[in-house]
Amino acid sequence: MTFASMAFGSMTFALALEIVLAAVVLTGAVWAIAARETLPAVAGFVAYGLLLSLVWVHLGAPDVALTEAAIGSGLTGALLVGAAARLRLSEVPMAVEHPGVILRMPAAVLSVTVAAALAASVLLLPDPAPTLAPSAAENAAATSLGNPVTNVLMAFRAMDTLLEKIVLLLALIGVWSLAPDRFWGGRPGPRHYADPQGVLAFVARVLPPVGIIVGIYILWTSADHPGGAFQGGTILAAMWLLVMMAGLTDAPPVGERRLRLLLLAGPVVFLVIGLSGLAFGDAFLAYPMAYAKPLILAIEFAMILTIAVTLGLLVAGPPEREPGS
Amino acid sequence: MTEFLTAALGFILAILAVGLVRILRGPGDADRMMAAQLIGTSGIAALLLLGTVSGVPAAVDVALTLALLAAFTSIAFVKKGTARFETDAPGSTEAE
Amino acid sequence: MSFVLDIVTIIAVSAGAFFFLAGTVGLLRFPDTLTRLHALTKADNLGLGLMVLGLLPHAGSLRDGIKLICVWLIVLLAGATVSQLIGYVARREGSRP
Repeated sequence: MTFASMAFGSMTFALALEIVLAAVVLTGAVWAIAARETLPAVAGFVAYGLLLSLVWVHLGAPDVALTEAAIGSGLTGALLVGAAARLRLSEVPMAVEHPGVILRMPAAVLSVTVAAALAASVLLLPDPAPTLAPSAAENAAATSLGNPVTNVLMAFRAMDTLLEKIVLLLALIGVWSLAPDRFWGGRPGPRHYADPQGVLAFVARVLPPVGIIVGIYILWTSADHPGGAFQGGTILAAMWLLVMMAGLTDAPPVGERRLRLLLLAGPVVFLVIGLSGLAFGDAFLAYPMAYAKPLILAIEFAMILTIAVTLGLLVAGPPEREPGS
Repeated sequence: MTEFLTAALGFILAILAVGLVRILRGPGDADRMMAAQLIGTSGIAALLLLGTVSGVPAAVDVALTLALLAAFTSIAFVKKGTARFETDAPGSTEAE
Repeated sequence: MSFVLDIVTIIAVSAGAFFFLAGTVGLLRFPDTLTRLHALTKADNLGLGLMVLGLLPHAGSLRDGIKLICVWLIVLLAGATVSQLIGYVARREGSRP
């Protein structure tokens, strides 16, 4: 085989892989939409999220892949299953209400238009596409962190990250507000029970320690390698939910002071450090160069606690039991 | 080597797609949960292969995260997919 | 030496892929939920385990290798648990119309 034909061979292999990947992702999307019942649809959605994280890895974006796998696929899947379980009682009458053609045609047209617009804007991008990546890479020395994504999230666009954390809190308050007045401040979800000798209790004892280590590792490594507080926090939330599902611990009452302090820890630390940037530095959220890395790490450690608790409570749902029970 | 791993990756992806069929067909919740489990495991295998093929060493971290979250989501499916089940030890009777 | 490692990778990954195929065929073809569950666990344990074994020589460092093995162990644990729980669900489904 000549060198040219070998090079051609590996090129078509790569192309074939991309075609197969795209085809499977599309299959997953179609399955998720075509399913008639909620449980298969959610399973298809989780599979679709997993396939998307494969695509992200292929595109060289492991941070996004981590987020997609953790939140887009895993945690959202559990959230949807919980919602589906709550809807199960009303699912039988809902199956009779089938949206008519009059509603579905415009919806189809709208979806196709949006998809076409997205495809056009991606395909018509100028080459090279406009991007701030080179200037972000140039200024990486400002924080002495090796991971450019962390640089952008925690230093160059720290304002966005701060506001996102506050949005998470708002979402949680929104979920809590779904509870009837008498349950406000109570414990979310029913009391789960699993046989203490059974398999579920066993795995809920063995897996969470591993999960906690991995979650903290993902945070710790985000300084120089792909990772982040968000992804680590999601893993911690999933482990906490696992322990709750096995009945080894009960959900805390949402009015508990300690819980609310944990929820505030992340944004408050972020805000305090940001304001001290105003006092001691150049501007809001400006870190003094010498202390940039330890400040960022402090913010991230506070954030991972808040994110873990917030995401866990979001999936657990609105309070369903009276406080003091 | 890269071509071989790419071919293996394509193979695993095809298997993943076939697993999706089982999710839709069922019948019964148990079959769908099993298909979800298979998709999770083949997804992790695909991720590890893809990491080596594409030269993204962090894919192992993604696989680690996925393994933990897949465990959690599968258990969430089983726990919520049926009407609440109370005990799971062998030979136990249900107390509703 | 690297030639031997390449051979190991090829054999292990092929064997892993074979077990994945076997697990999927079993999931589709076996007549009964419990037999399908049996097929599924083969893909989990052996399929992924052999693949991890095949990818170990290509791991970047010792830490990456340990992470690979951890992935397999977590999947083993989770797979075993979920299979037990699915078996419980299947048994309950079978006793109800």
